[in-house]
Amino acid sequence: MTAKKPVEEIERVAIRFAGDSGDGMQVIGSKFTESTALAGNDLSTFPDFPAEIRAPAGSLAGVSGFQVHFASEDIRTPADAPDVLVALNPAALRANVEDVRPGGMVVINSDAFTTKNLERAGYTEDPLPALHERFKLVEVPITGLTREAVSDLKLSTREKDRCKNFFALGLMYWLYQRPIEPTERWLAGKFKGELFEANIRVLKAGIHFGDTTELFPVSFVVPKAKIQPGTYRNITGNTALAWGIVAAGVQLETPVFLGAYPITPASDVLHELARYKAFGVRTFQAEDEIAAISAAIGASYAGHLGVCTTSGPGFILKQEALGLAVMTELPLVVIDIQRAGPSTGLPTKTEQADLLAALYGRNSDSPVAVLAPATPGDCFHVVLEAFRLSVKHMTPVVVLSDGYLANSAEPWLIPDVDALPRDVIEKRTEPEGFLPYSRDPETLARPWAVPGTPGLEHRIGGIEKQEGTGNVSYLPENHGRMVALRSEKVARIAADIAPIEVNGDDRGDLLVVGWGGTHGAITSAVNESREAGQSVSSLHLRHLNPLPSNLGEVLSRFDQVLVAELNQGQLWRHLRAEYALPAELLSKVEGQPFKVGEIRSRIDELLAARRS
Amino acid sequence: MAAPLTRKDFVTDQDVRWCPGCGDYSILSNVQKVMPELEVPKENIVFVSGIGCSSRFPYYMDTYGFHTIHGRAPAFATGIKTARPELSVWVVTGDGDGLSIGGNHLLHTLRRNVNLQILLFNNRVYGLTKGQYSPTSREGMRTKSSPQGAIDHPVDPLAFALGAGATFVARTIDVDAPHLQATLHRAHAHPGTAFVEILQNCPVYNDAEWAEVEDRKTRTQASLTLENGEPLVFGAAGNRRGVRIQDGVPSVVELRDGEDPVAAGVAVHDEAHVSPSFAFALASMQRPDFPVATGVLRAVEKPQYDQMLAEQMGEAADQVGTSGDLRALLHTGDTWTVE
Repeated sequence: MTAKKPVEEIERVAIRFAGDSGDGMQVIGSKFTESTALAGNDLSTFPDFPAEIRAPAGSLAGVSGFQVHFASEDIRTPADAPDVLVALNPAALRANVEDVRPGGMVVINSDAFTTKNLERAGYTEDPLPALHERFKLVEVPITGLTREAVSDLKLSTREKDRCKNFFALGLMYWLYQRPIEPTERWLAGKFKGELFEANIRVLKAGIHFGDTTELFPVSFVVPKAKIQPGTYRNITGNTALAWGIVAAGVQLETPVFLGAYPITPASDVLHELARYKAFGVRTFQAEDEIAAISAAIGASYAGHLGVCTTSGPGFILKQEALGLAVMTELPLVVIDIQRAGPSTGLPTKTEQADLLAALYGRNSDSPVAVLAPATPGDCFHVVLEAFRLSVKHMTPVVVLSDGYLANSAEPWLIPDVDALPRDVIEKRTEPEGFLPYSRDPETLARPWAVPGTPGLEHRIGGIEKQEGTGNVSYLPENHGRMVALRSEKVARIAADIAPIEVNGDDRGDLLVVGWGGTHGAITSAVNESREAGQSVSSLHLRHLNPLPSNLGEVLSRFDQVLVAELNQGQLWRHLRAEYALPAELLSKVEGQPFKVGEIRSRIDELLAARRS
Repeated sequence: MAAPLTRKDFVTDQDVRWCPGCGDYSILSNVQKVMPELEVPKENIVFVSGIGCSSRFPYYMDTYGFHTIHGRAPAFATGIKTARPELSVWVVTGDGDGLSIGGNHLLHTLRRNVNLQILLFNNRVYGLTKGQYSPTSREGMRTKSSPQGAIDHPVDPLAFALGAGATFVARTIDVDAPHLQATLHRAHAHPGTAFVEILQNCPVYNDAEWAEVEDRKTRTQASLTLENGEPLVFGAAGNRRGVRIQDGVPSVVELRDGEDPVAAGVAVHDEAHVSPSFAFALASMQRPDFPVATGVLRAVEKPQYDQMLAEQMGEAADQVGTSGDLRALLHTGDTWTVE
C-alpha cells in the first residue's frame, strides 16, 4: 500500500476542460459542477462551445470548453484565468493555453499529441518543451489508460475511446477531492450494461491514477463556503428561466402558453417547458418566429399567459407583432437570450447588444417594459417579475437574458414557494359600464376582457384606438393622447419597482453601472477595488425600462460614472440621453464575458486620471 | 332563457367602410345571417383577421374580434384556439394577406389541422394598397405595379390548401347567398381547419373578375356546383356537359339530352376521395376551358392539433413526476442543505 499523499487546503481554483466538440467536455464540466456544488463550495461556470455540432475532429474550430470556478468564499465569476487546463488534444491546448494563469497546471492527453493532430491544430513544432517552462505541464496518456481500463469489455475501440472524458474527470475528482456519487448516479441513469460499466471504470481509473502516479505529488481541498443557510441546487440561466415561467403560471393561477421557434441559445427553454404540461403549460413550436409571438399574443388575448423565448435574430422578427401587443395593450412576456451579432453573428457566444432594439426597435413610439436578470438564478425571479408587471400593467415586457447567463451555472438558494410574489389577476367580467380601453386610475392598465365572457364582446386591433371605447379612430388629437397614455402607462411601472441600491458606499469618486449577465464581473471588480482602498461603488440595473425612479439622484452622488457593457455603449447612450450624464464607457464585444481584471484596469485608469 | 339570437345581434354600431359595390358587403351580411343559426353562444365566437380590405371584417361583427397584423391571422387564431378549444374561431383573410405575406402560416395551420374556419376572400388584387397585382392575379394583368402585365404565375388557393394537407376545402361566391350560407354551415361543422375560398368582386381595382360566375345568367355555364355523390354535371338543359377526370386530368364532355352522365364517363363527386388529387383536379379547373368548381371539394377527417394538445395536457403522465407541484419541481435532482 502506498503512503497517503499530502492534501493542501486552498481557497479557490478554476479548472477549464477543453477538447473536441464531440469529446464530451460540456458533460464532464457539468458533472464536475454538480459534484462541486454538493461539496458545498460556491461556484460559477462558463461553458464555451462552437456553433457547429461536429466541426472537423482536431480542428481549432471544433474546440469546446467548460470552465468551472469554485471556492470556499463568495465568488461571482468563472474566473479570468484558469488555474488548471485539461486539454484532450493539441487544438484544445492551442485554443486555451494562453488563458492559463502563469505557473498554472496544464494536463494534456499525451496520446493525442501525434504529428497529424499537431498539424491539424496548426502547430508547426512540438509546443510542449516551451510550455514546460511556463506551466506545470502534466502529460498523461489518457487514451491508452482508458483503453486499458476497459480492455476486457465487448466494446468497439471507438466506444472505449469515447469514455476518455471520464478519465480526465476522475483525475480532477482526485486532485480536488470531489465526491463521485452524483456522477455515479447520473451514469446509472444514462447508460446501461457494458457502456455504464465502461464509464464507471474509466472514471475510477482516473481517480486511482491520480492517487498512484508520481505526476501529482499532492491533492487539494477547497473547504465549504460560508453561505446563507438554506437548501441549494445547481442551476443554469435557461433552466431558471423555464422554471420562472412555470412558477408564473402557478403564482398567477393562469395557464402559460409558450410560442417558440428553435434558436440558439434559447431552445433549451422550449425543451424544458415541453415537459411541464402537468403545470398547465402549453408549448407551441411554431413555423417561424413571427408565428410564435402571434400565437402567444392570441393566447394572451384568450386569457392565458403568453410568452416567447428567442434570441436576437428572432427577436427582431417579432417586433411588428410586439408593436401590436403594445397597441392592443395585452400582457405578453418576450424573452430574448441575447447572442453576439449582428445577423447570425456568433450564435453560441454572448453579447448584450439588443437593449436598444428592445427599447426602440419597433415602428413609432411603442414603449414596453424591459428587464434583465443579473445571474443564472436571478433568471427565475426576473421572469416572475416580468409576468407580474405584464398582467398588472397590461403591457408587453421584454426580458433580456444572454448566452452567458443561459448556459452558466451557479448554486441557487431554492426559494420558498410560499414567499414568492402572488398577485391576483382580475379579468373583467362585468358587462355594465364595460369599455375596452377604460383605464385603471393608478396604473392606467385597461381591462383584460377575454373571449367567452358574456356581454364583453368587443373588437381590438392594430389601428389606433379611440380612448375608452377602443373603436377605430383617426382623429389627430386622440392619437396624440393615446401615444402619451401608452408611454405614461409604462412609465408608471416605476412606482411598482424597488428603489435602486448601490453596492458599496452610496457616494464617492466612481460608480460602475451595469446590467444583465455582467453583474458578477462588475461586482467582483468593484469589491476588489474597494478592498484596495479605492472610492468606487457599483450599481446593477434589473429594470431598464422604466428605470428606477431614484436612479438619477443616485448617479448624481458620484463624481464619475462608468457604464460597463458587452456592446458598443447601448445603456451608456440610454443613460446619457435620460440624465444628460457625462458617463464613461467600458465596452467589450468579443462574444466573451468581462474579465474582472478588465474592469479593474478601467477603474484604476479613471481614478488615476482624477488624481493627476 | 334568453331570446334566440338574430342577424341583428351580430351587427356592430361601426360604419362599414368598404367601397360601394364591394363583394365584402354581401359576405358580411351572409355571415351575420348564419351566425345565430350555428347555436354557438355569441361570447364564444372570435373573428380574427390580418391586414387588407377583407381584414376589416371583425370590426363589423358583434362578437369578439381581433384585427391583427399582415398575414399572421392564422397564427393568432392558432394561439386562441389552442389555449381555448371551446371557442369558435373564424379567420378572415384575402388573397394577398393569406397567400402572399401569410402563405407560410396558412400552410402550417392547414397542415396542423387546427379546428378553425378560414375564409379567404379572393378578388385577385390588392385593394387596400390601391390596386397592385396579387398572388392570385392572372398572368398579364396590368396594374400600377405591372404596367406591362404581371409576370408572376398565379397560385390557386384551393390547390395550395390541398397541397398543405387541408382536410376541408370549399369554394363559394360572394353574391350567391344560399350557397355561401350552406358552405359556412358545412365549414363550421367540420372538425379541423375548414378552408373556404370566397370569390369576391373588387369593383374599384378588378371589377367583374368573377362576373361569369356571379351573374345568374351565366353561372350555370361558368360554374359547376358540386354535390357529394352526384356526377360532375353543369350547364342548362340543352347544353348539359360533364367533367371526366382521368389520371388526375379533367376534361369536359358534351352530354346529349337524357344521357346518363356516369355512363358517359363523367366523374362522380367524392368529397372524401382516397386521393386529394381528385379535389386538386377540380380546384385547378379555370375559365374559359372549364367551369369553376364551387361547393365542398374535399372533406376528410384527421386528428386536430388543438384536440391532440388538449389530450396531451390531460394525460396523467407527468414527465417530470412532480404532478404540478412547484415546490417539488424546484427540488428535483440533487440538492444540498447549508445549516
